[in-house]
Amino acid sequence: MQTKSNSINILGIETSCDETAAAVVANGRTVKSSVIASQTKLHEKYGGVVPEIASRAHIEKIYPVITEAIEQADISKDGIDAIAVANQPGLTVALMVGVTAAKTLALAWDKPLIAINHLHAHLQSAMLATQNLQLPTPLEVPTKSLSARQGDLLLTGPAVALIVSGGHTCLYDCQSPLKLKLLGSTIDDAAGEAFDKVAAILKLPYPGGPAIEETAKKGNPNAIKFPRSMLGPDSLDFSFSGIKTAVLYYCRGQDMKGEDKVDSMSGQQIADIAASFQAAVIDVLVKKTKLAAERIGAKTVLLGGGVAANNQLRTALQQMCDSTAPPKKLLIAPKQYCTDNAVMVASLAYYKFKAKLFADLTLEPKAQSE
Amino acid sequence: MDLDIISNSPEETIELGRKIGSQLKGGEVVAVCGALSSGKTHLIKGIAAGAGAKDSRQVNSPTFVIVNEYTGRVDIYHIDAYRLNSIGEFEMIGFDDFCYPRSVVLIEWADKIESALRAIDYIRIELFHSGQTQRDIHIKNTPDYMAL
Repeated sequence: MQTKSNSINILGIETSCDETAAAVVANGRTVKSSVIASQTKLHEKYGGVVPEIASRAHIEKIYPVITEAIEQADISKDGIDAIAVANQPGLTVALMVGVTAAKTLALAWDKPLIAINHLHAHLQSAMLATQNLQLPTPLEVPTKSLSARQGDLLLTGPAVALIVSGGHTCLYDCQSPLKLKLLGSTIDDAAGEAFDKVAAILKLPYPGGPAIEETAKKGNPNAIKFPRSMLGPDSLDFSFSGIKTAVLYYCRGQDMKGEDKVDSMSGQQIADIAASFQAAVIDVLVKKTKLAAERIGAKTVLLGGGVAANNQLRTALQQMCDSTAPPKKLLIAPKQYCTDNAVMVASLAYYKFKAKLFADLTLEPKAQSE
Repeated sequence: MDLDIISNSPEETIELGRKIGSQLKGGEVVAVCGALSSGKTHLIKGIAAGAGAKDSRQVNSPTFVIVNEYTGRVDIYHIDAYRLNSIGEFEMIGFDDFCYPRSVVLIEWADKIESALRAIDYIRIELFHSGQTQRDIHIKNTPDYMAL
């Protein structure tokens, strides 16, 4: 594909947790390349995200991943207009690899540097569902909603965004890609972490999210009434540590003194627990998103993050959005952009580029979101 | 000093943490051990609040991100070793850099990396399930200036 002379091409870099990723995106929406050095196989072998391996892999893979992204995009360094990097939140030693690479390229190639908040970038993944016509999207998006001018944000009215992953569970009031207000987040475990820990209790394979979803297909979601922790009727915060405990007690007895019953459970019993647990988590996510939408008068709901790949969650949120009067528009990140990737970084950076919001070479990684 | 405390609820566990946190001066390492759902994150929520973390709602489980950082009277590093498999990995996340006179380092699932702490004078807290909401909490090696 030829680069139009008027398009803005941004190289995005993402190294905040497990993935080393780089992508080139034109005008915030046309994906020219996306490379993710997935470490899932390594992680599976070692039973989880292993920082030593992750950190080493970031250092080992960052150069080949960036080179591959530039080659796949069929672009020269002269065709790149800016370098964007996720510098927060995340594991500092991991973020450092991406930030250092981005600063080095910005200096060597004399390009502007753009700092991106990883969580805000996850929201951008949901916006990609409508912004990029070339992307396969599981949602049927009405053609008229795609007719807005190039680069404009295709949101109808105020939007509420749910980001749900292994490390994060947050609701945002999203007025534009650059105007985001945190409405609530988890006070203990993230939803994805609950999936992983419950999978461990049920002795299902890692990663836990897909394992629970697959197992739950054969289960009855109403078999066990696990608690829905709402933290009060008005709270937009989340708590998923109680449901993890409830599943543990269900399998081990109320005081943890009993036998571990998982080994003697039938496949159906395990499936019922997985389905009932999944239903409880999704119930909370959907109710809180609905409450947030009501509070800010949202006409649009965005969904992103690794757990957004869960089909039951996607369906339940769609039903919620359809059931309100008037119905809300739901934009879900395409599945390949739910988990960590660099497309979302390069895409969001376009708006910062247009607004001339550049970072300088003193940019540092930050563990917590600002 | 060593002592055993019974907590009857997550709220009591948080309150105990707050008491511990409010007496931390900086330079302490607190190793927190205990099974899944024994209350480690709740205890650390309290410790961080006691140490002056501005918004204790932000004190959440770092299982996936490995390290959370909070600002209080002292800098607070909240590490989760759940997914670490070796001492080398623990050192790779920057543990040495987190330890300085104006910081406190709180480590969940510390039993997984405890041999890395051998040369350090750390406070050790272990939580045990003893009822549906009751926990036995064993605290070892509290500093002289701490009264619980």
